[in-house]
Amino acid sequence: MIKRSRLNTLYGAIFIIAIWWLMHLFYSSSVIPSPYIVIINFFNKLLPVLIPHIAMSLYRIITAVLLAVIVGISIGLLTGVNEKVDQFFSPVIYLLYPIPKIAFLPLFMLLFGLGNSSKIILIMVIVIFQIIVTTRDSVKNINPEYFYSARSVGVKGWKIYRHVIFPAILPQILTALRITVGTSIAVLFYAENFATQYGIGYYIMNSWIMVNYVDMFTGILAISILGLLIFQVIDLLEEKYCHWVKVGNQEEREIR
Amino acid sequence: MIKVSNLDFSYQNEKVVENINFSIKEGKSLAIIGPSGCGKSTLIYLLAGLLKPDEGVIKINGNIINNIRKKTGVILQNYGLFPWKTVFDNVALGLKVRDYDKNKIDDMVKNALEKMGISELHNKFPAELSGGQNQRVAIARSLVLNPDLLLMDEPFSALDALTREEMQNLILKIHKENNLSYLIVTHNIDEAVFLGQEIAVMKEGKFIHMIDNPYFGDIKLREKEEFFELCKELRVMMSEDDLL
Ligand SMILES: Nc1ncnc2c1ncn2[C@@H]1O[C@H](COP(=O)(O)OP(=O)(O)O)[C@@H](O)[C@H]1O
Ligand SMILES: [Mg+2]
Repeated sequence: MIKRSRLNTLYGAIFIIAIWWLMHLFYSSSVIPSPYIVIINFFNKLLPVLIPHIAMSLYRIITAVLLAVIVGISIGLLTGVNEKVDQFFSPVIYLLYPIPKIAFLPLFMLLFGLGNSSKIILIMVIVIFQIIVTTRDSVKNINPEYFYSARSVGVKGWKIYRHVIFPAILPQILTALRITVGTSIAVLFYAENFATQYGIGYYIMNSWIMVNYVDMFTGILAISILGLLIFQVIDLLEEKYCHWVKVGNQEEREIR
Repeated sequence: MIKVSNLDFSYQNEKVVENINFSIKEGKSLAIIGPSGCGKSTLIYLLAGLLKPDEGVIKINGNIINNIRKKTGVILQNYGLFPWKTVFDNVALGLKVRDYDKNKIDDMVKNALEKMGISELHNKFPAELSGGQNQRVAIARSLVLNPDLLLMDEPFSALDALTREEMQNLILKIHKENNLSYLIVTHNIDEAVFLGQEIAVMKEGKFIHMIDNPYFGDIKLREKEEFFELCKELRVMMSEDDLL
């Protein structure tokens, strides 16, 4: 399965590069540089220039996502397990959920400073709602028989979380992450245009201002590889911890 | 072994178990038969200590049950296996939470799987197994905890006739070998007669008949005249009450 998805990634890359190259030929302007030059530039600048930018972006995203996962799952569990807490929290969540959180960046910069904190918090706030709602709904949907079953062999207390709740909700959490990570990269790109000299978003916009389109495209290439990396990590986690979902699905397909 | 007196239970306002009384002596068995929705599963949950009765008392070996009991094995209606755990991990769960050391768990689980004839499945997930195989895993999961009382909730209802008889024989064998007391809930008349030393007919939360089964324990019972007689008697009993 992994092999096939790697192969698919390769097809995808070839397809995109082909279109890019055609557009380069068609426009024949420096605004769309040739993929070849960009890729060479990418490898030349990878170590000295790009890695520090990528590392900074990765640091921001990973911190934000980890925080969102920890806090989001906690709130989600609280609301999912306890009906009273849910009745109190849900209206609040539903009111805040649809607001474009990106509008809060100026506010966050005033509250948390111009540095990393405001950027990390912005991404975290975007990811966390998806995690809260997913966790809450998945917990509510766990078949009560699983709880009886666990208790009947002596599982109790926090071990119920370890053996029943967490494994049951993990597949949905990973799906939610996959959905929000795309958004969070886009938001990161935006946030990195303010008050920073590091980050792949800054690098792209800076290259644009300097009218260096080869560097700009190199940055775009880097950000897409960054996204790909994050998706691969999620896939890997899924492969390792949610293998049972795939097995179940396969079985269903065979029955049909 | 187990003594139940005046048991009552309601979900919200709906009374599901009403004034149930019975006892099972050590090493004996009881089959409970009744239509679906009559409260059989609820009764199992109560006996397992998973739910608390509104009224009445359940005593096992003299102790009042109001929580789960370590030596009671439970097989729930849909096997109760966790789809995210392999066969091995499903069977090992009860041992793990009892904090046994790893080698001991390994040995005990392997042993239990071997007894059920499913050793080669230890790395599979429940979704990869047939109904009969999952049933064996569920039994292994209970037996590995070395229970002295086994509660089974329609354990074989999803199996084909042949596998079902095979599993019934297996339960009878385990019962004889280990002097295991058990209670089985079923909606199958043959099964009640084959596996119940006593048979209770349940309807709308009550036991409406209680009969002795003098033929219990014969592995060849299904081929005998008495078996059909008793099945017929039970069937008449159950349909009579439909007319009332
Ligand atoms: N968690 C629950 N909440 C409310 N009612 C329930 C619940 N579980 C079962 N019931 C009701 O209790 C009755 C008995 O259910 P159950 O014990 O599962 O019966 P059986 O196992 O004999 O089919 C049914 O009418 C069912 O709808
Ligand atoms: Mg039932």
